[in-house]
Amino acid sequence: MKEKSKEANVHTTGKVFGIVANLVIVHTDGPVSQNEICLIRLGDTLLMAEVIKVSGKQAYVQVFESTRGLRPGAGVEFMGHMLEVTLGPGLLSKNFDGLQNDLDKMTGVFLKKGEYTPAIDEEREWEFTPLVKEGDTVQAGDWLGEVKENWLKHRIMVPFVLGGETFRVKNIAGKGTYKSRDVIATIGNDGKNDHDVTMVQRWPVKVPIKAYYHKPRPFRILETGVRAIDILNPITEGGTGFIPGPFGCGKTVLQHALSKQAEADLVIMAACGERANEVVEIFKEFPELEDSRTGRKLYERTIIVANTSNMPVAAREASVYTAMTLAEYYRAMGLKVLLLADSTSRWAQALREMSNRMEELPGPDAYPMDLSAIISAFYARAGYVQLNNGETGSITFIGTVSPAGGNLKEPVTEATKKAARCFYALSQSRADSKRYPAIDPIDSYSKYLEYDEVHEYMAEHISEDWYDKVIKARDYLISGREAMEQINILGDDGVPVNYHVSFWKSEVIDFVILQQDAFDRIDQLTPIPRQRYMLNKVLDICKAEFEFPSFEEVAVYFKKVINLLKQMNYSEFESEEFKKYEKELDEVLTESVLT
Amino acid sequence: MFTGTEGIPTNAEVVFLGRPPVLRIGDDLAGRFLNAYGDPIDRGPELTGEEKEIGGPSVNPVRREQPSRLIATGIAGIDLNNTLVTGQKIPFFADPDQPFNQVMATVALRAKADKIILGGMGLSNDDYLYYRQVFENAGALERIVAFINTTEDPPVERLLVPEMVLAAAEYFAGEKNENVLVLLTDMTLYADALAIVSNRMDQIPSKDSMPGSLYSDLARIYEKAVQFPDGGSITIIAVTTLSGGDITHAIPDNTGYITEGQLYLRRDTDIGKVIVDPFRSLSRLKQLVIGKQTREDHPQVMNAAVRLYADAANARTKQENGFDLTEYDKRTLKFAEEYSEKLLAIDVNLEVDDMLDTAWELFSRHFTKPEVRIKNELVEKYWKEAESE
Ligand SMILES: Nc1ncnc2c1ncn2[C@@H]1O[C@H](COP(=O)(O)OP(=O)(O)OP(=O)(O)O)[C@@H](O)[C@H]1O
Ligand SMILES: [Mg+2]
Repeated sequence: MKEKSKEANVHTTGKVFGIVANLVIVHTDGPVSQNEICLIRLGDTLLMAEVIKVSGKQAYVQVFESTRGLRPGAGVEFMGHMLEVTLGPGLLSKNFDGLQNDLDKMTGVFLKKGEYTPAIDEEREWEFTPLVKEGDTVQAGDWLGEVKENWLKHRIMVPFVLGGETFRVKNIAGKGTYKSRDVIATIGNDGKNDHDVTMVQRWPVKVPIKAYYHKPRPFRILETGVRAIDILNPITEGGTGFIPGPFGCGKTVLQHALSKQAEADLVIMAACGERANEVVEIFKEFPELEDSRTGRKLYERTIIVANTSNMPVAAREASVYTAMTLAEYYRAMGLKVLLLADSTSRWAQALREMSNRMEELPGPDAYPMDLSAIISAFYARAGYVQLNNGETGSITFIGTVSPAGGNLKEPVTEATKKAARCFYALSQSRADSKRYPAIDPIDSYSKYLEYDEVHEYMAEHISEDWYDKVIKARDYLISGREAMEQINILGDDGVPVNYHVSFWKSEVIDFVILQQDAFDRIDQLTPIPRQRYMLNKVLDICKAEFEFPSFEEVAVYFKKVINLLKQMNYSEFESEEFKKYEKELDEVLTESVLT
Repeated sequence: MFTGTEGIPTNAEVVFLGRPPVLRIGDDLAGRFLNAYGDPIDRGPELTGEEKEIGGPSVNPVRREQPSRLIATGIAGIDLNNTLVTGQKIPFFADPDQPFNQVMATVALRAKADKIILGGMGLSNDDYLYYRQVFENAGALERIVAFINTTEDPPVERLLVPEMVLAAAEYFAGEKNENVLVLLTDMTLYADALAIVSNRMDQIPSKDSMPGSLYSDLARIYEKAVQFPDGGSITIIAVTTLSGGDITHAIPDNTGYITEGQLYLRRDTDIGKVIVDPFRSLSRLKQLVIGKQTREDHPQVMNAAVRLYADAANARTKQENGFDLTEYDKRTLKFAEEYSEKLLAIDVNLEVDDMLDTAWELFSRHFTKPEVRIKNELVEKYWKEAESE
């Protein structure tokens, strides 16, 4: 491909002046801009770095690698662009690092400093079908044609950098086989500014892609298969949510469950500063596991951006932006993208490490002062959009937060709470008693439950009175908790038997609806129709009136009920086995329910 | 000050120790006791291996294998409830008065590792001698490499110990395809040394006067645990001592976010023994092996027992608050005592199948089938009809 540099732009260069861990101070010989990328020479390798502060002739850059061995005086070249990713067919199923290097293409068992591998295989050929004709009017993000990337119709779009103008298609390639760097269209306006378009474009990760018509409020429930989410605090397609929780309470297991089961076209997972073994689990499992909705292997709909805790800290910060940009790219093709980031606290800590090294005035807990604004801006990139051609696409974003000391009153949790619309609080006490997923049903919330659009959607697609049932279930949980508190204060026989019944009704909801075994083949994924069935069943029990001679019978009775309902959860829906347990349950119920 | 090269630990090495951190790597490390610089302290010969800079690069995550081999320790509090796997990293969270060094030594010797590499940081001389003694008595000395910084040595030297240990571990696991077990004690003293150094370098402290980079600094060490594609592995078992049992302190807190679970020891006064606390202990990797390399009923039996033990804890609270206990409560208390004695105590030494059988025996002795709440097909198969007492 021809490099079309605007002018014969001679890049600014510089020399390393000071080094504090991976913060390097460079004396420059010309203009540099904020967030510009530069390369620092270390022997025969080049270390990539990003400008994070400019003051006069001095640039502060954060190096995306270990700076071990670097000495003052080393040469630096500024690249004239910000950190960018490559967008084009062939990203699906890839494992990238935070800077979009293809991890599988790297040689050797250990990561080598300064080894950068291309994100896209440029030699690969794609079967192209045009979607526009010569003379058509197009703008940034419009689909010029498509290629088949595995199962997916990968749209080749007018490059996002051309935003703000309209163009006429002067030339469009016919149906045929092309490589990603072949010119497949030429677009221009009135003779000037002709642009050759290939299948590949680049985009700076820290800038949102806004090539869509508008961003309406989300309204469609995104089925996750996790009952505690879908029933009590549903997330919408294009919605945002976060999962804070102390270590070991199940953030990662929950996110993995979402990545396997959620009803999305595409799942992008940013492993941000967490354990390498957790990513390995995905590498190993996803090629084997099937997406139960399409029958395809899970890895076929997945992209992983892995910057684990032992990988360079600055690239950790970049990794979430890389993942978000990939998500925006696929959203512009009209796809339903689920973006997961584990853990956004590690990203915030990377910001903190850098800010401390720059000796900036620290905010609470030594985090940078603008932390809250940075987090909000990031969450705002998610959303449900209508494209210029009337199609829709979405990015549903769910991040985890790892609060220091498990205390939710810390800066990252508080800032995220302002930005995300669903809050899935994992509780230590639920995790300790192995009540997984440990989502606290009462502290957690989904703002989407307040949306009229969502009510309408539920009424139409789940059942007329679904919203009321959800609220009902929550009320039973609250009264159960209150009853339990009274029992704890006054003793088992210090309260009316009623209190025990009320408590055990909430336990039925807890054990049968909320608790879900992420490692059981059947229980792990509950589609909405099955959720509806089970919630109805459980609410019928909660509505019924029981009479027990003493409190001691209450627990015995409800344990029997819970046990049968759990057996139902472990059985294939509506199978012989399922029905057998249901029949047994109905018998147990008719014995004691007062009519 | 602008001359350092890498994160604070390495800066510290250069700034505070005045020499670049290298280790002579080779087979003759086996059986040796060395100081934080990798120099012999056992009066043996000088090391002859090639000099290698410590603190090497990370493994590419796509080249890692999934940890998959169970490490049997015979201790049911570990094997049954918190099964360990090669390539895992896990600390003991313990108060200073608990016998964590003894438990670690037992685990190390039973684990069937090809090499055991001990990193002692701020180890008391007595504990150092204890480890030497235990390994010697077990005839395991030729499988041991130890890097020891005792309380008599300068604290900043501790910063070298984990990277020395892991450089040696990477040699045996990566190049010799051996299964290496790394023991690090005490990581709290390591972190304290980090704080001293970062303070002297004028870094802004974050929570509990710890450096803001504590998470990354600790992760760099623990993430060296790995299962290599060619069969070698590095498993890390560490000790993080707590102060007053506070796990929200920055050191245990950050550790918990990095490691794959944690083990708690607790004295159970009812049976007068130290047990592995089933509530707060957790091995994150256990699901890779339980019910797969162990019997199918393992996951459910484990969960059911812990749940019933939790019921007992509730009953005890009730009792302490002066309330009457139900008949069920009383049964849970009896169960808890037996469970503690026969399974949780650290002096237990059983095969996993025997642990499972013991658990079923306790279930049937104290509970009915619905109370145990295990999948029916497993109950049918493994329930042991209680002998009438
Ligand atoms: N839904 C679940 N079903 C069964 N076990 C679970 C479930 N969720 C979590 N667990 C158990 O809890 C352990 C810890 O979960 P997880 O790794 O998701 O925690 P985390 O919140 O991500 O912790 P960290 O912040 O340290 O990464 C798992 O290894 C598993 O044993
Ligand atoms: Mg996690």
